[in-house]
Amino acid sequence: MYTELNSILNTTPDSFTQGEFVLLSDRESDASFLIHHFLSLYLRARCKVCFLGLVQSFNHYSAISQRLGVSLAQAKEKGQLVFLEGQKESLSVLIPQETDTGSPAMDFLRDPAVGLKSLYEFVRSAVSSSGIGEGEADGAEEWGPPVLLVDDLSVLLSLGLSAGAVMDFSHYCRAIVCSLLQGNVVMLVRCDGEGEEDEGDDEGSERLMKGLTHQCSLTLHVQGLPTGYCRDIHGQVEVCWRRRQGDGQCTQKKLFQYKVHDKGASFFAPGTSSAVL
Amino acid sequence: MSSVGKPSAERSPFNNTSFQKKTRSKLISIPGTRPSVQNGQLLVSTGVTSLDYLLGGGLAVGTVLLIEEDRYDSYSRMILKYFLAEGVVCRHELYVAAAQDNPDDILQELPAPILDDVALHKPPEQPRLSCEPQDGLDAMKIAWRYQNLPKVQTALASSSRFGHYYDVSKTMEPEIRQAAKCHRFYLPEHPTQSSPTHSTMLESYSALLKSLQEVISREGFDVAAPMSNSRNILRIGLHSLGSALWGDDLCCHDNPKNGRALTTFLYGLRALLRTSLSVAVITLPSHLIQDRALMGSITRLCDNAIALESFKGSERETNPLYKDYHGLLHVRQVPHLNCLASKLPDHKDLAFKLKRKQFSIERLHLPPDLSDTVSRVSRGELAGATTVASACGSGSSGNKHLDF
Repeated sequence: MYTELNSILNTTPDSFTQGEFVLLSDRESDASFLIHHFLSLYLRARCKVCFLGLVQSFNHYSAISQRLGVSLAQAKEKGQLVFLEGQKESLSVLIPQETDTGSPAMDFLRDPAVGLKSLYEFVRSAVSSSGIGEGEADGAEEWGPPVLLVDDLSVLLSLGLSAGAVMDFSHYCRAIVCSLLQGNVVMLVRCDGEGEEDEGDDEGSERLMKGLTHQCSLTLHVQGLPTGYCRDIHGQVEVCWRRRQGDGQCTQKKLFQYKVHDKGASFFAPGTSSAVL
Repeated sequence: MSSVGKPSAERSPFNNTSFQKKTRSKLISIPGTRPSVQNGQLLVSTGVTSLDYLLGGGLAVGTVLLIEEDRYDSYSRMILKYFLAEGVVCRHELYVAAAQDNPDDILQELPAPILDDVALHKPPEQPRLSCEPQDGLDAMKIAWRYQNLPKVQTALASSSRFGHYYDVSKTMEPEIRQAAKCHRFYLPEHPTQSSPTHSTMLESYSALLKSLQEVISREGFDVAAPMSNSRNILRIGLHSLGSALWGDDLCCHDNPKNGRALTTFLYGLRALLRTSLSVAVITLPSHLIQDRALMGSITRLCDNAIALESFKGSERETNPLYKDYHGLLHVRQVPHLNCLASKLPDHKDLAFKLKRKQFSIERLHLPPDLSDTVSRVSRGELAGATTVASACGSGSSGNKHLDF
């Protein structure tokens, strides 16, 4: 949890807006440091978190969260965190063995034309059992609203799925988590290039990003600095609130520069980096 | 890397990847590796010491290095050979896969290691003999000042250095090469079988992934395998993935039909590597791939990525500004493993030069133009070369030069 980002977004572990769909995107940059912020924020806020870690191993997230002050292993044991380790599960599908073990969540690798229904079922079972129906004698802990974190959606495009299937999946997740259960959804999308080369293809990360930007209520877009590479300032973040108020949509945009440290990230107004001042 | 030292009973069910934080348990050291000073990862040398420096000390075990080939595949193949030669010298096991050349041919071309100037700083096999009387033969009577200096060694066995130098004008001796265990995968020798699933991966990639997993589990490179006293590293070299000889049309068409075959393979490869003590170097003919977005997703699926751009055959070969170098090297991606920050290179404009005994990578340093007629044309070309940086936004190369 990065304190400066919390003050920018007006969120604390005790109070945050519910029913939000946050989209993290980057262009030729790496926005995955924001995922760790939201993961530690929602775990501290005692929400029930479902994390689809499709690109890195559990140890990676665990080691980073340890530095941010949250223990993923403990949260998993207590039942607060449901973690899907995409890489590990995918091996049993990609290299077919005689004995097929493993959850069906990554079954889309078998036949990408089928779509992400099995992954959605996994998410639904994870967020729906939010401690109410446990009924244990020792008292299962009551967790807050469910939160879904996905790292990241673009790798699903690389695995053969179409942008339409991924958008359907995100729509279904938003419907059940944000609208039905009043939880939050945070998804990471990565793209690169100038972004105007949609050759009319169905599969394109640009199409996915535009579709998701339309659906979300808060975007954080990470880019490199337009003036070039700098060792002390790693890039800029554009925060855009898309709220619907009254008759129209009110969008508010803010631009910050950031630098990622070992234990967090610092955000500052453009031009006020400690390296410059 | 503490997982190697922990007994399997103590291991929690979640810690079964090859990335482990260092804890107080004792470490079994594997020859040819060293822990990173930044985040405690276990590193191996790529065989090129300047590339090791660029990657933050070495290549982390469990990661993939992607090398985008230069136009004639000369320097990328050289780096692959350095990588395999380093594995032979460090007594690691090798796995070579190729579709174009027989892996045996690649192995016969490995450069010879330079052993004459291997001097250990702290020779472990020479204990301090300051108080003991020396043997008669070893004691020096005249040059007694040189008594305690390390001896020049020619044997390979006690080489505990990290990163060696190679002489590219000679090939490795067959005795040294045959001492290393090597697994081969030559695509024409593997019968293609149709896969039962409709997955996007091609049969060639599926067969390669399956063969890799078999080797890893059979030879005990799995991190979850029972602990034995001798662990080793598997060095995987995959030559020219994505080329047409692998059955992939990625490099042939603008809109490839199997556009996702290679990316699915890379996803599975990384999953395999994360749970084993192995490291992979892949070369890819990226100059044949037209789709930049696809190249971006391939780069993101590999941990480290560099691109080589050689001057051979281009007009830069005769450009006097580049006469000291053989080509440019671009660092496309540096990973952040188990930590938030990655070690980004200080400078983005790097050039390489292949010398007889060293492959050096330096910051592109242009000499001052002291000629009488300063030509502005060469400067305009240069501006285009140095703005190829990945972390910055699109810097226009500004080729406009004002001529009065």
